[in-house]
Amino acid sequence: MRKSMFVVEGSYAVAHAVKVCKPNVISAYPITPQTHIVEDLAQFHADGEMNCEYINVESEFSAISALIGASAAGARTYSSTTSQGLALMHEALFNASGMRLPIVMTVVNRALSAPINIWNDQQDSISQRDTGWIQLYAEDVQESADMTPQLYKLAEDEDVLLPAMACMDGFILSHVYEPVILLEKDITDEFLPSYDPEFVLDTKNPMSFGAFADPSTYTEFRYKQEKAMGVALEKIEQIANEFKDIYGRYYGGLIDGYVLDDAEIVIMAMGSVIGTIKDTIDELRTEGESVGLLKVRSFRPFPKDAIRKALKNAKVVITLDKNISVGKNEGALCTEVKACLYNTDNRVPVIGFMLGHGGRDIPMHMIKKIVNKAKLVEKGIFIESEFADLREDLA
Amino acid sequence: MSLLKPGHRGCAGCGDALAGKFVLDALGEDVIVISPTGCLEVFTTPYPESAWGVPWIHSLFENAAAVASGVEAALKSLGKKDKTKIVAIGGDGATLDIGLQAISGAFERGHDFTYICVDNEAYMNTGIQRSSATPLYANTTTSPPGKMSSGNPLYKKNMPAIIAAHGSPYVATASIGYAPDLKKKVKKAAEIKGPTYVHVHAPCATGWKIDSSKTIEVGRLAVETALWPLYEMENGEITSVRKIKNRKPVEEYLKLQGRFKHLFTMKGENPHIKKIQEIADRNAKQFGLE
Repeated sequence: MRKSMFVVEGSYAVAHAVKVCKPNVISAYPITPQTHIVEDLAQFHADGEMNCEYINVESEFSAISALIGASAAGARTYSSTTSQGLALMHEALFNASGMRLPIVMTVVNRALSAPINIWNDQQDSISQRDTGWIQLYAEDVQESADMTPQLYKLAEDEDVLLPAMACMDGFILSHVYEPVILLEKDITDEFLPSYDPEFVLDTKNPMSFGAFADPSTYTEFRYKQEKAMGVALEKIEQIANEFKDIYGRYYGGLIDGYVLDDAEIVIMAMGSVIGTIKDTIDELRTEGESVGLLKVRSFRPFPKDAIRKALKNAKVVITLDKNISVGKNEGALCTEVKACLYNTDNRVPVIGFMLGHGGRDIPMHMIKKIVNKAKLVEKGIFIESEFADLREDLA
Repeated sequence: MSLLKPGHRGCAGCGDALAGKFVLDALGEDVIVISPTGCLEVFTTPYPESAWGVPWIHSLFENAAAVASGVEAALKSLGKKDKTKIVAIGGDGATLDIGLQAISGAFERGHDFTYICVDNEAYMNTGIQRSSATPLYANTTTSPPGKMSSGNPLYKKNMPAIIAAHGSPYVATASIGYAPDLKKKVKKAAEIKGPTYVHVHAPCATGWKIDSSKTIEVGRLAVETALWPLYEMENGEITSVRKIKNRKPVEEYLKLQGRFKHLFTMKGENPHIKKIQEIADRNAKQFGLE
């Protein structure tokens, strides 16, 4: 194991993971902070290390559109994007999912304009929540890389056939150098079978993709997408375990806990902030605080049952969101967690904190401040959801 | 039987359907078709039926050329590109307006495919709104004539020239009024390696307000008046033009169409028809049609 560990940039680790998954078609368009991934892939391709078509498209809209065509023609496909690029893809994201094309894309999470900002938050992928894509959020570089073959296996499963986003925090994960175990070429033998779709554009067996569905048939297409998400819910856990059996690494399937079982205060979050939270919890535990972590790895499909079960003993739940639904004064995780508890007997208070927008740092003392605020809930719910890291001189 | 099967929902006298049929006649079974959103897409695939006897994909309105790029790349990567042709067939809105960027990208990248624009000179699927292919003074629902308007105030965009400027090895114009010529050009375009383009003029009986029995006649008149010159360009040079023996005045073309009816209600000398005649005269001169 140790032999294959290298100190590499997060983007390189992901590009390397893509390479060993042997995609047939890659489309690429530059946008910060995603660009290093497609640059590394371009170099692999230029060096003859990848046997694929690499298309330099003229926009993110064409990046995803080219993959729609390629996937329908039977190719394993890859692209990566972020922020404005993902927003530009919006219309085509629905289309790819509706046509049940198992495209895998890395989303290097970044804030949206205006004001223009190239740094990390998760507004971009959260805003694509309802497009019918699977969304997993990675905690660190190793998970970002390992998520790639896991998502191909999931997306291409004949009972799933949905496109998938591997979400990794921009700069914090994409540009950091960490020791990483690079996946070996034989992953396609051991873990990820080759893609051999039943429905494909083939002149020997002509099929029509993307037909016009009127009110008498449209609903069932949506229903079947939802059913497939339900299958994905089971398979995400299964695939994570299968990966663990072969490679010994596990990051949770749908969710993961950290000193969760006895925790009275449970912090919920997604992405790279998980590491900061774990360190903070370690300190708080030594100070005698009963704090634990519930990491949400799968945002779509949303693991309602797993979350309900994990929050059984919680006295207060804190959600951290690097996004906001403007006009709701809440981040998406907060809204979704509250909604999934509503029809249960669990009346645990859920308090939302929005932070880290546009790349604002989330230090440990910020997490501690949030925990202290949440403890006030013993006297009643004073805070439902608020910005945790406002600068008072600008607010 | 044609590879574009009967039973689709095209209007009576639909020029678009004729174009689709002629294109498939020319290409045979070993072709993958990409359609952007538009009449042809909608009326051929009312789920669960499909009129397409060849593999076909519709993604969105503005991305047919990008989808075609991906299909081509996939076939190459999977080692299936040898004989199979890849053809995008889009309307004028999808081609000249909303899909222009994706088309520019695909032609610049040099994918081996053919893009066919079936031009009925307005957004017919949404109910006859003007596009940048709508000719001068045509009445559409978004360029109606009125006290302050003579219909569409702008000239038709020269799409074949735009494609030729990308360095395409083959650009041709065709008309559903001249089926053998159209088929010959489509076949040639598909056989030439690289991104090729055929712009097919296709009257829309509904949108142009013509009798549904006159689609082909009106299509031929556009050619015979020199309003729609037929030519081929190879590597940027004009290599053939269809000569016109007795060029007809544009009135003969215009008067059959309800979309130009308002031009004929004016009293005295009609500056509008004169201006349209000037377009035809310029075409005749530029392409040496006579």
